[in-house]
This record gives sequence, C-alpha cells and structure tokens, in this order.
Amino acid sequence: MQARQTLTHLQRLEAESIHIMREVAAQFRNPVMLYSIGKDSSVLLHLAMKAFYPSKPPFPLMHVDTTWKFREMIEFRDRRAAELGMDLIVHINEDGVREGIGPFSHGSAVHTDVMKTQSLKQALDKYKFDAAFGGARRDEEKSRAKERIFSFRTSTHRWDPKNQRPELWNAYNGRIHKGESIRVFPLSNWTELDIWQYILLEQIPVVPLYLAKPRPVVERDGTLIMVDDERMPLEPGETVQERWVRFRTLGCYPLTGAIESRAENLVEIIHEMLIARSSERQGRVIDRDQAASMELKKQEGYF
Amino acid sequence: MLDATSLRPEDTEAYLLQQSDKELLRFITCGSVDDGKSTLIGRLLFDSKQLFEDQLAALGQDSRRWGTTGEEMDLALLVDGLAAEREQGITIDVAYRFFASEKRKFIVADTPGHEQYTRNMVTGASTAELAVILVDARKGVLTQTRRHAFLVSLLGIRQVVLAVNKMDLVDFDRGRFEEIVSDFRQFAEGLGFESIIGIPLSALTGDNVISASDRTDWYEGPSLLEALDTARVGREQEELPFRLPVQWVNRPNLDFRGYSGTITGGRIRPGDEIVVLPSARTSKVERIVTYDGELDEAVAGQAVTLCLEDEVDISRGDVIAAADARPEVTDQFAAHLVWMSDQPLLPGRKLLLQLGPKQVSAQVTEIKHAVNVNTMEHTAAKQLELNEIAVCNVSTDQPIPFGPYKQEREGGGFILIDRISNITVGCGMIDFPLRRASNVHWQEIAVDKQARAALKSQQPAILWFTGLSGSGKSTVANALEKKLHLLGHHSYLLDGDNVRHGLNRDLGFTDVDRVENIRRVAETAKLFVDAGLITLVSFISPFRSERRMARDLVEDGEFIEVFVDTPLEICEARDPKGLYRKARAGQLANFTGIDSPYEAPEAPEMRLPGAEEEPDAMADRIIDELRRRGVI
Repeated sequence: MQARQTLTHLQRLEAESIHIMREVAAQFRNPVMLYSIGKDSSVLLHLAMKAFYPSKPPFPLMHVDTTWKFREMIEFRDRRAAELGMDLIVHINEDGVREGIGPFSHGSAVHTDVMKTQSLKQALDKYKFDAAFGGARRDEEKSRAKERIFSFRTSTHRWDPKNQRPELWNAYNGRIHKGESIRVFPLSNWTELDIWQYILLEQIPVVPLYLAKPRPVVERDGTLIMVDDERMPLEPGETVQERWVRFRTLGCYPLTGAIESRAENLVEIIHEMLIARSSERQGRVIDRDQAASMELKKQEGYF
Repeated sequence: MLDATSLRPEDTEAYLLQQSDKELLRFITCGSVDDGKSTLIGRLLFDSKQLFEDQLAALGQDSRRWGTTGEEMDLALLVDGLAAEREQGITIDVAYRFFASEKRKFIVADTPGHEQYTRNMVTGASTAELAVILVDARKGVLTQTRRHAFLVSLLGIRQVVLAVNKMDLVDFDRGRFEEIVSDFRQFAEGLGFESIIGIPLSALTGDNVISASDRTDWYEGPSLLEALDTARVGREQEELPFRLPVQWVNRPNLDFRGYSGTITGGRIRPGDEIVVLPSARTSKVERIVTYDGELDEAVAGQAVTLCLEDEVDISRGDVIAAADARPEVTDQFAAHLVWMSDQPLLPGRKLLLQLGPKQVSAQVTEIKHAVNVNTMEHTAAKQLELNEIAVCNVSTDQPIPFGPYKQEREGGGFILIDRISNITVGCGMIDFPLRRASNVHWQEIAVDKQARAALKSQQPAILWFTGLSGSGKSTVANALEKKLHLLGHHSYLLDGDNVRHGLNRDLGFTDVDRVENIRRVAETAKLFVDAGLITLVSFISPFRSERRMARDLVEDGEFIEVFVDTPLEICEARDPKGLYRKARAGQLANFTGIDSPYEAPEAPEMRLPGAEEEPDAMADRIIDELRRRGVI
C-alpha cells in the first residue's frame, strides 16, 4: 500500500479559505473582494483564483483609496488587476477630498475615519454589496481573535461583538435582510508566518515595498516615515535621509512606519520576521490611538 | 517549542521547508477563569515565543490596569480580547489562538466555562479534534467538569487531556492527582472517549506545560505540549467512504461543467464510480480539476472541482458519494439539539436547517426528552430554552443525504436558522433516520380540516389565478365566486389589490417584496383551506418559485393553478387601470411584463384563453373542473 501523506497545515488552511470563498459565491447576490494591496490581499486574491478555477472569481475587486497610499502600491494594484483580468473598482471619498482631509492636516484619527471607514461604508452603499471579503487574520489583534469568519453587519455597517452568530463546523449562515451585509474573512486562521510561507511556496507577487532598499525617510516620534511625495511637510529640525528600509505592513504612507532592514528577498524577510521581537501592527500609528481601539473602529465599520 | 530567534540566515530556507510540512491540530480548552484556563493558553503562547515585545509591553500595561495577579504579568489578559471581558474579568466568547511546536501548528479554541456560555463552548468544540479539560487540583472534579466532558463528547471529540492545574498549590501531591484522574475516568465511562490523558501541571509556574517538571518526578506521562504533539490528527476522515457536498456549480463556458466542493470523507480518483444524492443518479469521475493541475487522487480535506463522465443534473447541496457506500437519505430523523437563542424552541415552528451547503425548511416535530447538562439525567420538556440540550425528532420538507454524526461529523452536524431574524438559533447532531409513518407526531386538534369541510359539503382547495395585469384574473374569479355562492358553497376571494391595502400595505414592488407578498398570501390561503374554504387567490404572482412555494404549503390535489393566458399586447390594449401607460412612460418601475419578468406556468391545472372567451364562460369551465375533482 502506498504511504499515506496527511495534508500539511498550509494545505488545510488553503482548502478552508477556498471553501469559505465558494460559500460566499453561492450564497450572495453581489459580493466584492476588498483589496488593500498588501501581502494578505495578495494571498486572498491568489486563493480566489484557485477557488473558482477554471472560472474567474465571480466578483470584482474594490480598493478604498485614501489618496495617501504609497505610489508603488497603486502601480502594483493596477498591474495585478490587469494581469489577472479582474474588474477593479477604486473608491475615493470625494467629500473628504473636497474638504481637504489628510493625515498631516487633520491627524491620523480623523483621516482614517473619513477617508477609510466612512469611505468604505459609502462604497458598500453605493454598489449595494451584500458580502465583502477582507484579509484580516485572527492573530493580528485581540478583538479580531473573537470575530467570526462570516461577520454580520447591520444596515449601518456596525459590528456587535457581544451578539455574534454562533459558527459551527463548516456551515456558514449568510442569510441577511436587505441592506444588511456580511464581512467575510477567509484568512482568519492564518498567521503572519503562514502568509509569508505561502507567498514563498506559491510565488505570489507582492508590492516591492516589503523588500528593503534605500528610501528617503524622516524620523518622527521614533517612527521612520517615508517621504513618498511632495505633500509631506517637514517639521523644524527634520531632514530627509536615505536609509535601507522596508515595510512590514502597508497603509497610508504618512501613517506607516518603516523598519531598517537589508532583507532584499522573501527568504531574508522571513528570516528577519522569525528573529523579530515586535509584532506587525506596531508599524501602524492608528491602533495605538486609544485602548481597545481596534474593537471600537471595527464596531463603527472599519474592517 | 518553536524558537527561531537564533536562526541563522543561511538556514532559513531549509527551516521553512521543514515548517511547511507541519500537521495541523485544532483543539479546545474547557474550564473557567478560576481554573486558570486563560493563563494556561497565555503560558503556551508565552513559552512558545509567540509573543512580541510590543504585545508584552501592552500586556504589562493591561496587567496593571485590569490584572488579578498583583505585580506578576497576568497572562490571562492575552486571551480575553473584548473590552467587556477585560472589564469583567471573564471570557464571554470563543477566541481562536495560534501557536506552533517543531512538529505541529495548533489552533486553540478558547471557550468560556460558565453554564450560560454553553453555546460558545459547543461552537468551539465543533471543529476541534481534542479537548483539554481543566480541573483545579484543590477542587477536583466538579459539576462543571462533568458538563464540559459531556459537551465535548456530544460534539464528537474522542481525545481528552485532563489538565489538573494549580498543582503548585497542593505541593505537587501525587495522591491528590491520582484521585482526581480516577474520579474523572469513572465518570467519563460511557462518554465514548478513545483516550484520556491526565497531566499534573501549573499554568502559572509552567510545570509540565512544555516539558517535564522536576517537581513531579513521580509522573511519567507526557507534558501538555508532548500530548498535543502526539495526538491523532485528520486521518480518521480519510478512512470514511467518499463524500463531497457540492457548494458551487462551476460553468465558465459551455464546454466545462464541474462541481466544486470540499471532500468531507474518503478519497477519490478519476474512473471511480459515484452516485449523486438525493437524485441517486450514477456516473464516474472523469477528472479532478484544480488551479494547480489535474489530480490523480484527492483526499478528505481538499477543496477540488470534479468533472463527471455523464451529464447529470446536480445543484448546490447535492452530495457526490462513493457508489458502493452511499449515505442515507431521509426527511425524518432523530438528533441531539443544542438551543442557542433567547427565544425558546417550540416544536412545530418552521426553521431553516443548514447541513453543509444544503439549506432546507425543517421543524422539530417532537422533543423526546431534555438532557440536564450537569447530571446527564433525562427530563421531560415541552420547549427548549437557551443553552438547553435535548433529543428531538426533526422533519425536513425535502429528503436530505446525511451521515450519523458519530461516524461523520461534516455529514451529520447542522445549524438551525430563524426564518425571520436570520440568526443561528441552534445546532444539532443527527443520530439516526426515522421511518415516516411511525414517527410523526403532530399537535392533535379534535376539529380538523376534514371536519370543517364536511360541514360545508365540500373539499377545501386553493384556486390560484395567475397572469399578467389586465389578463382578466379578478373578473373571472369574481364571476366564479358568485356561482359558488349560488350553489351554496363557502368561499373566499383574496385579491392582489385588496390585500395590498391591508395585510401587505408595507410592501413595494421589488423582487424581495413581491416574494414576501406572495408568501403572506399563500400562508393566508393555507389557513383558509384549513378552515375548509374554497379559496380563490387572484395575484399576478410572476415567479414560478413562489407559486411552487404556495403549492407546497398545502396537500396534494388542494392547489389548482389557473393560468389566465392573455397575450401582453391585449392586456396592454385593455389597460383597465392605466398602469401600462405609466410603466411605458417610465413613471412606474418594476412593472410585470414591461421591466420585470413574468414566468408563465409550465404545467398549470387549467389554462384559460383570456383573449378569446368571456369571463362567465371561463367561470363555468372552472365549475366543471371543480366537480370533476370532487371539490364540489
């Protein structure tokens, strides 16, 4: 008898994610995949290509653009969507643009609320999506560890952490009333290491910002901020320096701290991560605004 | 444990290769905060170097604010994620945690222990292959330990680790440990566990958590991590007969038709004979398609797409199974139910039942007995409250393929959904199928439909008039009702416009509202049939599925579909209410026949040529048909 190989943990995680995506395609009329261009989104998109093969994924990608993303992210986004033949919706909160909302002028909290949270809700209402995939993982943050894979949202996009639907076996309850929606997290059970291992194993393209190279940065409140365009005002005493840096997470460039690194390929990144002593969300300014910050943001409709 | 902090760059690739070969074990921890459950998980994360510096710093901050361990780090705060939980010092909801050893990756479902959170524990247990049940060494086996063991067994977990915690507080006393393990074994007899491993440990100090402690030199068993590393994973599923519940029909173009789903049992190769249930059509597997190429073989746990040799009509929710080991198909079965809603379960109420991708209408026909979760005693019950467990008979409105839960979890575990609120209100585990005649129990009512109808010298029926606006439905129905009245029969006419003024005043003309409109009318008509009346329903009812739904509500022969078949041009020329004109002018959206479809009946009981005959003549034809059918 042939020696029997049990599925590896990555094979199991992959199968679980594919199962979730197929449930969404079958249960909802108008799903969308929220595409944030980061490594988790790259894995999500790759899994979607697998889940429906030889069909194309039966939903579009949507990027909520705050207008403050790294330029390399935008280039990568447009290139990937074109290569894979996916429909891409880009949504910008024009009200926020008109009012000139930005992280430098209004601070990270207002900027994130208007250009990300409100903008996302605007887009979901505009296109009447009844399900939206996101790349969030349970290992990222404490309140995410308790969120369901099918996460119910009211017609005003609110999450009620104390009143979640029980989720058993692989039976996902996607029933909703008109106007309500479900956020779906197929990567819930993946860890950061799983994501990188999978990217390496499957050779999934990621934004080059994850790899180290000399980039113009300023040091501000102990965080290295990359000067990605001319909109970044320098404070007295600040100078732009060329340093070898890379990013562990990608968001709005003024709110995303770089780390000093010489890791120029995936294996080196993973090596740095394995010996690292600080978690990936540390680079994000927004989580630290207040205690239980993510839980509050999620309740209000932030992913 | 997995400690890669000293890994050299040049070894990374080899290390990753080894890491990607790991197995995955999902387990659940049961116990309450007092037992040190959250501390134990915090300890596993902490000692396996899964925590980063900033998380540790945040933990230090949280410990000072909410901690219960004085100056020590309160590891429990790592896992209590919600603000309400930190404030109240309790665990409310299931949290999933991740860590790894050199051999395995682990997903831990951390669940609350109090009785009022039974549903959360059941949720966490549903996907676990092993349970760690915590006991405080000072307190021994308590009522809640028994409850946890019972629930774990109910959800089909066969491997148990009995973690006797806080051994440091009983001086690592061997006698105390052995007494507790023996108590537990005695009680757990009959719960069907395949293995029970007792481990003396201290989550607070770390003894016997990761490696053997020198403070328990009398203990020769594994540490907790060693037990987790050697537990059985996954293989059981592969031993089952082949099953694939179809999630999604994959049709990119006319040349390809595949059936996508996750294999829940066994293995499959091209050429294997399969059967599709419930239709019982057979075929052979032609190809196993994946993005990474076609496979020679696929096993339980894999998500694939199957192409068959024959054209078979298969839809979502059907099960493709090994032809020589078919699952049973039934619409009546006995099951263990766990009720998860604040609103009690009432037998007879219609619910939705979801078993894998299959969703059907269902009801609990009888509660055989409730089970006391603390004592496992059987008690009588008329309804079930939140967190109560019972053995019930369940009936579905169509036959479903299933496997007994004890043998195949994925094939026998279902959730129950409330039709109005859409909330998951319960879950169940199928025990065995029931034969219909001998097991259906209905609420008995002395005066029934037949009695009422007999008094009126008629058989109750629904005459469902469907057709375009202006086709003449209501005119014919009115003429018919007059004739029935003159003949001394009891009838009632439900007319679209009239009902929309009252019962359905809140509904518009979107597809969703149209469906609800018909559902309410159909249910009303059903009540009138139960009252013994000849019920005339005059509604455009443009969708086949809703007319089908109305038909299915009543017994065979009671539903008579009357299609008033008048061509659109004639209806539009008549335009008795001026609606077509408005619709054409764009002042009226979703108008049937103009910008909303009308799905004509395929096999109506009667088809009336509305453009050719007078209403009175058509009413006479219906009278003849009713006589022929014995309704009047």
